[in-house]
Amino acid sequence: MSSSTNDVNVSYLDYKGKHSGLLGWILSVDHKRIGILYLISMMVFFTVGVTFGFLMRLELIAPGRTIVDPQTYNSFFTLHGIIMIFLFIIPGLPAVFGNFFLPIMIGAADVAFPRLNLLSWWLFIIGGLLAIISVFLPGGAPDTGWTFYIPYSVRTTTNVIPALIAAFILGFSSILTGLNFVVTVHRLRAPGMTFFKMPLFIWSLYSTAWIQVLATPIIGITLLLVVAERTLSVGIFDPALGGDPVLFQHLFWIYSHPAVYIMILPAMGVVSEIIPVFSQRTIFGYKFIAFSSLAIAFLGSLVWAHHMFTAGMSGVAMIVFSVLTFLVSIPSAIKVFNWVSTLYKGSILTDPPLLFALGFIFLFSIGGFTGLIQGALSVNLHIHDTSFIVAHFHYVMFGGTGFGIFAAMHYWWPKMFGRMYNKVVAKTGFWVLFVGFNLLYFPMFVMGWLGMPRRYYDYLPEFQIYHMLSTVGSWILITGLLIMFINLFNALKNGKKVTEENIWNGETLEWSTPTPPFLFNFKEAPTVESGPYEYKRNEVSETEVKEEKV
Amino acid sequence: MSEHNTNDHKNHDHGYGHYILIWFALLILTGLTVAVAGIDFGNLTIITALAIASLKSFLVLKVFMHLEVEKRVFTVFVYTSLFFLTVSLILLFSDYSFLQG
Repeated sequence: MSSSTNDVNVSYLDYKGKHSGLLGWILSVDHKRIGILYLISMMVFFTVGVTFGFLMRLELIAPGRTIVDPQTYNSFFTLHGIIMIFLFIIPGLPAVFGNFFLPIMIGAADVAFPRLNLLSWWLFIIGGLLAIISVFLPGGAPDTGWTFYIPYSVRTTTNVIPALIAAFILGFSSILTGLNFVVTVHRLRAPGMTFFKMPLFIWSLYSTAWIQVLATPIIGITLLLVVAERTLSVGIFDPALGGDPVLFQHLFWIYSHPAVYIMILPAMGVVSEIIPVFSQRTIFGYKFIAFSSLAIAFLGSLVWAHHMFTAGMSGVAMIVFSVLTFLVSIPSAIKVFNWVSTLYKGSILTDPPLLFALGFIFLFSIGGFTGLIQGALSVNLHIHDTSFIVAHFHYVMFGGTGFGIFAAMHYWWPKMFGRMYNKVVAKTGFWVLFVGFNLLYFPMFVMGWLGMPRRYYDYLPEFQIYHMLSTVGSWILITGLLIMFINLFNALKNGKKVTEENIWNGETLEWSTPTPPFLFNFKEAPTVESGPYEYKRNEVSETEVKEEKV
Repeated sequence: MSEHNTNDHKNHDHGYGHYILIWFALLILTGLTVAVAGIDFGNLTIITALAIASLKSFLVLKVFMHLEVEKRVFTVFVYTSLFFLTVSLILLFSDYSFLQG
């Protein structure tokens, strides 16, 4: 595990290996450096995705043409979706923070397959660049939406094939990361770390990794079949050739709904790490939270057809999938209940990571409850394909996973880089972001309920007030994002230097490594004797309080 | 085969005869797939094709991929994956069966 030689007992940021400079990073097999590579590339893609989203909202500020034509608008929402989903939210937590912290939190020196890990990043970059290149190739940017629904994705003359192949390659990157994580968790845990002594972030990554391994191949083969349909007219999905477009929707959502849980589960893991640390209490219901991750991964894989209630399914299947959709809310609710119970009577410190974690709980709860509304068959028919769905999705994915990623950034940034950001600015950024987020997405619930369809370029005048509010919200949200990111990146150069190992008084293993961590993470191989959230020494039981009063 | 140690795979040399036997079995099953492809079993057509394919996969996994001599955890992983796939297929095809019915 830890090496006795001096050359590896230096920060991973300073380590000089076979290569130096840029090559020392892009050819590094160190899990921490690969995590940082993902962070940088993900931030670049996120900036592009936000830009498309901003332009889309600007176009919708008034009815009719505002800044772009309808075709360009279609490309905007397609690229916004593809980039945000495949290049930001899916890799966000597992690839960045999972890569960086999974081995450390289980007491390992690296992941099980370091070279495969680097290959995952290279595939991610190749897939990402191909998605971006598809915008500029002759034929025009893809305009199918991120769902590539048949028959339009077979008919359109835009660059759908490069986008499909990009998603296929990104899928491989995701599978390899998942495989690496499953094997790492099984094989490389430190002595004494049983499954029930693993931090809850690891449980969530483990559950996520299984979905990545099992569900991603289905989307891979489905996307290749669409390529085959476009190039060879084989007649699998295209109704004009005797194919079945609903089969495409089934196969697409068999992956893409579990993918939502690939996105949200690690964020739930982050919240499970932050809540006990900033309330200085043992997590309430550890096993329930751990098993609810597995339950979400399992049940979440069986609810895909609730995206298709209006697509022409059998009545029996609709009832089955509606029931399964209601069931998956139970483990999610268990988690929320346990987080709130952990906070109860805790010594709460409202530092930036906790604010973002609380933001997650609040926004995810709104997203979750509105998801239940859609799970009911009758209501679903009313709001299907309206902006209500867009609002729900963004509350879960951005309000949930996005805020989870931001929480992770504020929680682990000092450990990763040895620099502390300005906490006052971070809190300001949070509140601006929170207000902007709600102003941007809440009006979409209202106008969707009133009948505003999603993805429409133009709309009736009665919807303008909601669109106006939403667009103004996007400006506030972007201001919040700028405050947050400038603060974080400024800290890398000008932030207060952090050298102590445990700045948040955490109990998990990453807080017993040097700051920033050494190349092989630990000075000595750790041995685990207790659970990850043993805050009992800080808690005063009611009996003790009574005794003190007496 | 019963002599195999399940905790390491030093002793999983079956000899060529065993592998050739499995190969013949796979060829026969492939022939069966082709033979039944022309017969209309109605709703059972897909189930028949998948059953033969599953049997072939089972033989490949068990023998050629050495699952029979690997640690138990690998078997659990593979069967978990197969369980997931089976449940997905059942849900998927139940929709189509009820549509046709």
